[in-house]
Amino acid sequence: MAGSYGSTLRYKNVERIKSIGKHTLLGASGEVSDFQEILRYLDELIIYDDMWDDGNSLGPKEVHNYLTRVMYNRRNKFDPLFNSLVVGGVKNGQKYLGMVGMIGTHYEDNHVATGFGNHLARPLMRAEWHEDMSFEEAVKLLEKCLLVLLYRDRSAINKFQIAKITEVGVTISEPYALKTFWGFLAFQNPTKGAEGSW
Amino acid sequence: MDPDLSAPHSMGTTIIGVTYDGGVVLGADSRTSTGMYVANRASDKITQLTDNVYVCRSGSAADSQILSDYVRYFLNQHTIQLGQPATVKVAANLVRLFSYQNKNMLQTGLIIGGWDKYEGGQIYSVPLGGTVLKQPFTIGGSGSSYLYGFFDQAWKDGMSKDEAEKLVVKAVSLAIARDGASGGVVRTVTINAEGATRNFYSGDSLPLWHEELEPRNSLLDILVSGASPEPMSI
Amino acid sequence: MSSIGTGYDLSVTTFSPDGRVFQIEYAAKAVDNSGTVVGIKCKDGIVLGVEKLIPSKMLLAGSNRRIHSVHKHAGMAVAGLAADGRQIVARAKSEATNYERIYGEPIPVKELADRVASYVHLCTLYWWLRPFGCGVILGGYDRDGPQLYMIEPSGVSYRYFGTAIGKGRQAAKTEIEKLKLSDMTCKQGIIEVAKIIYGIHDEAKDKAFELELSWICEDSNRQHQKVIFKHNKTLLILFVWKEINTLF
Repeated sequence: MAGSYGSTLRYKNVERIKSIGKHTLLGASGEVSDFQEILRYLDELIIYDDMWDDGNSLGPKEVHNYLTRVMYNRRNKFDPLFNSLVVGGVKNGQKYLGMVGMIGTHYEDNHVATGFGNHLARPLMRAEWHEDMSFEEAVKLLEKCLLVLLYRDRSAINKFQIAKITEVGVTISEPYALKTFWGFLAFQNPTKGAEGSW
Repeated sequence: MDPDLSAPHSMGTTIIGVTYDGGVVLGADSRTSTGMYVANRASDKITQLTDNVYVCRSGSAADSQILSDYVRYFLNQHTIQLGQPATVKVAANLVRLFSYQNKNMLQTGLIIGGWDKYEGGQIYSVPLGGTVLKQPFTIGGSGSSYLYGFFDQAWKDGMSKDEAEKLVVKAVSLAIARDGASGGVVRTVTINAEGATRNFYSGDSLPLWHEELEPRNSLLDILVSGASPEPMSI
Repeated sequence: MSSIGTGYDLSVTTFSPDGRVFQIEYAAKAVDNSGTVVGIKCKDGIVLGVEKLIPSKMLLAGSNRRIHSVHKHAGMAVAGLAADGRQIVARAKSEATNYERIYGEPIPVKELADRVASYVHLCTLYWWLRPFGCGVILGGYDRDGPQLYMIEPSGVSYRYFGTAIGKGRQAAKTEIEKLKLSDMTCKQGIIEVAKIIYGIHDEAKDKAFELELSWICEDSNRQHQKVIFKHNKTLLILFVWKEINTLF
């Protein structure tokens, strides 16, 4: 949940998962100001849509598609929004999970990640994800990924939110920290027998 | 050493905003530089937007001035239109609007602080790209790099007005001591239900930090009082 | 009305010798013949109600709506020409979103009413426009609490505790005046509004109608929301109490 300023972890309580309407969750990495702009677009979209009051509402598929258009149109103006976006949700019994990149590239998958997550988290998820995961299993897998990212991504801090979305609705967790592990024997004195190494 | 006098005026700065029980305290140093030259050693970087909202400016002096002039103009118009004072949130959002829409042309980071009857004292940080973040306290400018650790340790929730103001003055003086781009005096503005109060802490009244010496009138004073008239034997 | 028919009633840009603009008065007439629209301010919110006259039995129930949301926190009920009303609603929507885009917070209801009124008034100032043949009741809930406004074809807008426009406005207003609005909740208020609309409707003489209701209160999370009841006069009282209690 950090907002970085160069290598300074300037803001340590930035929410980067937001709910969009009733059926969608949006997660983002990248420029916080651009993410806020995207949230403003979506807020207007949802208000405009709700005002029809016709019983229809935007689902994750629609929100995802809208975002692909926004991102791609901005890149065509040579003024892209500097974000990678994860869109997920459930509507009418349909689960949906997708990604949008900063130039409008997009795909759906059973598991997605942005930035470092593509290198560090997705291999773990490829190995362990399966179709009929329980909520508890999913949380455990996510926490395993987050922990690796915390160890290896310089701009990560130990403050996370996990969000759940089901047919019933959205729940975004309180920010929380994970226990880290430093108990490897070799960590005690790693240069023993190899003075001058790191 | 080339002082680069043709460089644009920039406020290598220390600016701070802190909320306390009932209001906010804003703080800033007073140094404006052109390259290495101190163009103004007593600048006012805490600018009034409305009766109840002030802004701390950092970065390009020109950009932050023009930006706050626009925001002041819009806020005045808005205040007349609604027939009541603008909220701090509206002020912050206007700063954000211009900062974000012109992010490619502006080199300025601002801290908006103020008080309104709906949400009380609030601090908003609008850094370079035009993000808005509501914060219990925030620091900005080049001098702030020296203060992150200090604030993480010294800031606490629910401070009194005096505690908050003391913290701000201490922090700015610490930054002045380490940041060459910050200097001069410490200015503060305290805003609460009663209104806004300005305070001034002159450069010779600030606390002395590590390796800083008590200022004197002259060496001669030392020689008079000191009992060492003998030359050093080398 | 001695000056009617003397030619001074054909233009919105010409005053009559006795200082009136007849076109605006005619526009108000269009509103006076419409189904009744009622708005009240209760202690915890706003209730809007419309007697929507049905021109044909072939119409799909629920079509040609006369209550519209104009933002999260505000709704508008239209009396008079429904199509003109939609222009006003569209303008109100865009004013509300524009305001939030610039100032980052929802438009105060007073400001929204002022802006919509300016727009309505603007259409009385040019020869190539005609005034709107409708009046609107605007209800909203902002940080200063619930507020109710009515905007007339002339472009005037006033704030009310309760008001009505349309054919049955006089009777409706008399009924509203009897209510203890200041200690009435929206849950109670919405029943009163329904009763008033059913009460002023003359089943023998008037066209069939649909009851449209909406509210903005704490229960609706300070958001404008339509409220649906079964609309059959004999069942109303029974249903209203049952539904109100099952709604929450």
